Amino acid sequence: MNFIVSILFSFFAVIVLVLIPWIGVGALNLRVLFGIIVPYAAMATFLVGIVVKVIGWARSPSPFRIPTTAGQQWSLPWIKHSRLDNPKGTGGVVVRMIFEVLTFRSLFRNTRLEYRGVEGGPRVDYEWEKWLWLAALVFHYSFFVIFLRHFRLFVQQVPGFVQILNSLDGFMQMGVLPIPGLNIPEVYLTDMLLMLALTYLFVRRIYIPQIRYLSLPADYFPLFLLLSLGFTGILMRYFFRVDITAVKELAVGLFKFHPKSPEGIGVIFYIHLFMISILIAYFPFSKLVHFAGIFLSPTRNLSNNSRMKRHINPWNYPVKYHTYEEYEDDFREKMIEAGLPVDKQPVTPAETGEKE
Amino acid sequence: MADTTPKPEELSKINHTPPLMKGWMDTPVDIKKGIACYGAKGKDLAAVGFPNARDWDPLEEDWKLPENWQDIVHEGFKDRLGKFRSLKLFMDICVRCGACADKCHFFIGSGDPKNMPVMRAELIRSVYRKKFTTGGKLLGKLAGARDLTEDVLKEWWYYLYQCTECRRCSLFCPYGIDTAEVTMMGRELTNLLGLNTGWISAPVANCNRTGNHLGIQPHAFKDMLEFFVDEIEEVSGIKVEPSFNRKGAEILFITPSGDVFADPGTYTCMGYLMLFHYLQSMGLDITWSTYASEGGNFGYFTSHEMAKRLNAKMYAEAKRLGVKWILGGECGHMWRVLNQYMDTWNGPADFLEEPVSPITGTKFENAKSTKMVHIMEFTADLIKNNKLKLDPSRNDHHRVTFHDSCNTARGMGILEEPRYVINSVCNNFYEMPPETIREQTFCCGSGAGLNAGEDMELRMRGGLPRANAVKHVHEKHDVNMLACICAIDRAVLPTLMEYWVPEVGVTGVHELVGNALVFEGENERTTDLRGEPLAGMEDAENV
Repeated sequence: MNFIVSILFSFFAVIVLVLIPWIGVGALNLRVLFGIIVPYAAMATFLVGIVVKVIGWARSPSPFRIPTTAGQQWSLPWIKHSRLDNPKGTGGVVVRMIFEVLTFRSLFRNTRLEYRGVEGGPRVDYEWEKWLWLAALVFHYSFFVIFLRHFRLFVQQVPGFVQILNSLDGFMQMGVLPIPGLNIPEVYLTDMLLMLALTYLFVRRIYIPQIRYLSLPADYFPLFLLLSLGFTGILMRYFFRVDITAVKELAVGLFKFHPKSPEGIGVIFYIHLFMISILIAYFPFSKLVHFAGIFLSPTRNLSNNSRMKRHINPWNYPVKYHTYEEYEDDFREKMIEAGLPVDKQPVTPAETGEKE
Repeated sequence: MADTTPKPEELSKINHTPPLMKGWMDTPVDIKKGIACYGAKGKDLAAVGFPNARDWDPLEEDWKLPENWQDIVHEGFKDRLGKFRSLKLFMDICVRCGACADKCHFFIGSGDPKNMPVMRAELIRSVYRKKFTTGGKLLGKLAGARDLTEDVLKEWWYYLYQCTECRRCSLFCPYGIDTAEVTMMGRELTNLLGLNTGWISAPVANCNRTGNHLGIQPHAFKDMLEFFVDEIEEVSGIKVEPSFNRKGAEILFITPSGDVFADPGTYTCMGYLMLFHYLQSMGLDITWSTYASEGGNFGYFTSHEMAKRLNAKMYAEAKRLGVKWILGGECGHMWRVLNQYMDTWNGPADFLEEPVSPITGTKFENAKSTKMVHIMEFTADLIKNNKLKLDPSRNDHHRVTFHDSCNTARGMGILEEPRYVINSVCNNFYEMPPETIREQTFCCGSGAGLNAGEDMELRMRGGLPRANAVKHVHEKHDVNMLACICAIDRAVLPTLMEYWVPEVGVTGVHELVGNALVFEGENERTTDLRGEPLAGMEDAENV
């Protein structure tokens, strides 16, 4: 399977997913199915799936302390210890994990190989490369902010922090938009950043030959899914306005477990809702579980103190090893001859033993 | 070096662009001479009770697999998923961002796309998906899943034995996915089928019986050290007196046996001997062991269990001799094992005491549970406390750079100690570029059991990034000596240097210490431990 097949498969999978609610609501008016049943089913799948997954991981122990040490160990008092990159206790691990989860610190180390065949042999260089880190960071934070902004639809009384977030996100436009006369509301910065980051992450998968080679349909599919989600969201906000009061009625109903299926919401909304449902249901069964997995990663969440503090392996079992007695039995005469001390003298006098 | 190994000009034509239209699942493995090691010998596998022991040759079509080999792998895989969270997690959470792709020395040196760490893991993951996930069972290739066929098994084997478990990829992975873990589990599975390599299984069998990887018997081990005693006397006029298997000594010393049997590790070994002799009058009471005469652990390249069996000898010997604690020599994966596994496997070492330096009184609190101290910690502490009289000018004929071993850098973090010691015993020290040292250090290309002769092309390829960084400081600062604290490094880097940077030699750090150490009543030194003239002594008589 080559990359074109992978991309086409993922792309058409997403197209089909878009068509389902389009036909389902647009032609068949299955509002209850797509507005209530599917979202609930998706939420349930997500919750159960993630819990099962995490428990599954947690049931396998971490038999050994195997942190990747990325700095100086704690040893002699006059040697500066790298607390963050080579933690010796829980405190350091917590800080290391916080940096890992919130700033993608390991990815920040990224470099790019530059291999040049020059006069007098090859030259291997490592160039600056922070774009992947930046795009990943921008994508995740934009997604997070957009998720928080949606709270204005989920709860009756819009929380204060959501209002602040809304105005900050919109304020950043500094008056460039709305464009007078087009009737476009203020543009959210995070909408643009999200789409930009996703586009970058997609383009780099096809543009960089190595990444193109290693990408699977499972890498393109979530990207297309997220792009479709962002695209339908943007369409809805800026171009095909939907009845926001009705949307809120539906959303609040879902969250209060008193689901309602108001009339008059445009089909574009149901597509958007379906895509997010697919996304969250897809989470536990895909690479997207990395968001939970990172917390359990033994090369990051363990401290490098196994010489100081004994780490227990719950399935440790005794093994048979070659004992000193067996060793001495094997070599006793030779050892005596070489003047090495032995625990047991030969039973028969040494002179009857094998001579070299 | 094998005659068939391509010349550097030939080998450095590397294409890092994978095929455009042909996906990796459709590209069957092509096992190449010069890249693959020989297969294991049945007698070596049988010697330690490994299953399916038989002679086999990876270059032949028929690998003589047991009939139920698929079941064996399936069961073995399932068993390990239940025992190791690392494996289970790393099978699930990779997003294939590709940050690791160009971090692997084997990919840099070979351009083989399946040497990208993510690909190496995908070879295993694809089978995991097919066997253990619903999506993989239903969607097959579309979900990145495939059956474990004989071709796939051969592909596993080929690439699992092109990884040195150096963990450089894990440093850059946003989730800390460690290919070393994947490789170790993969190798355990191949080991269940008797598919190990000759150069791993023979040393394992040897270490098990004789205590060291070359199978040197106790009397010969002692002979070698006594030979060094004479050499040291010739250079310095000082007669050192090592003791062996001595009960009641305070400290047991264990170093990789490579230091005893192969240049230039032997000079490092002389360095240890001199240091111990120097400290003897100050209260050092130390013994060598012929039974636990291997610090390195070739078992670690086969299975956790075999590694544990070999490692068990250290505590057993310490207990038998009644020592207080153990001092460990310069070695890479030996220290990964001692630091991250030993206590868990074979502890608690409650028959030992918390290590205290008998010379300085320093408590090595970081080793209070394993009771095993790295000689670099020990020596750095001595120098810091002014216990050693050193003449760094005796290393003036060297312009030194330092290669952090992958295991001690990323599986321990002993970065400053060796640098402090080097700077105390040499006047000319230059660092390689930051992307190639410390936690980002590049592997020698021959670790994890790949330091055989028949895979020389692979080794020269894998060592290219390291060699290239050495070349950089060689051209910029005239560096002519590459220092390291790993026995495999000392065994393989000379070949690598000869191939890529012929003017650079290789040394252990304690060889430099031995050169610089000023004894009372010693002869005026005109040569270093290798018998090469010191700077300014080129015309001295007895050179």
